[in-house]
Amino acid sequence: MATYQDLSLTHRLFMKAYPFSRYAVNPVPCATMSKPLPEIRVALVTSAGLHTPAQNGFDQDFKGGDFSFREIPNFVETNILIESHKSSAFDHTGIEADRNLVFPLDRFRELEAHNFIGALNHRHFSFMGSITKPQKLIAETSVEVAKLLRKDQVDAVFMTPV
Amino acid sequence: MCVQTVSLIAAAIERENIPTICLSLLREVTTVIRPPRSLFVPYPMGYPLGEPNNSTLQTEIIKAGLNLLTRTDVPVLESFEYRL
Repeated sequence: MATYQDLSLTHRLFMKAYPFSRYAVNPVPCATMSKPLPEIRVALVTSAGLHTPAQNGFDQDFKGGDFSFREIPNFVETNILIESHKSSAFDHTGIEADRNLVFPLDRFRELEAHNFIGALNHRHFSFMGSITKPQKLIAETSVEVAKLLRKDQVDAVFMTPV
Repeated sequence: MCVQTVSLIAAAIERENIPTICLSLLREVTTVIRPPRSLFVPYPMGYPLGEPNNSTLQTEIIKAGLNLLTRTDVPVLESFEYRL
């Protein structure tokens, strides 16, 4: 189980000092589901820093964190995705063994085949989570992705941190 | 920081009137940032879907998350408990 106590001393001290409350969501928005699960179109969003071999990796050295995103096509083979998230805050060996651990596209394909959900969107989105200064994420790229999902008529989004 | 990043993106998506469900690896962060709906999973950082190559566990986590999408008593924060 992950709590602050499980983090290394360096990361624990950082997390305890970081002003999370500055970025608290207020008011909390609340969308409502208009369809049952077997009818919904679903997209995935991950902050694992995944990208396709054809795309540029995320910039580890960007001050305050790289707030850009990559579109992951729904037809992608999950095992070719590259993780450019190099944070020392977590163990990367699980992701290397199975991308579904952070981006469960193969599991969602199975749920789609079994009609547990309606359909997967034609694209998904990947960010890199180490963003210590999220102002541009909040004002720009998160809004941009939200509008793309709206344009795609996505009904629900499943989101995975790392 | 990943939990904060995902939570902030979820808020933007939800403002476009699309329901979201976030997995959470750090309850402390989710409680403060307050994304609309979260499922806390009892796994280490880097392992939000539990275990690599364990499709049964991964699917159970996904289903538990999807079943929270209809909740409107936001912010929702539930815990995943795996039952064999």
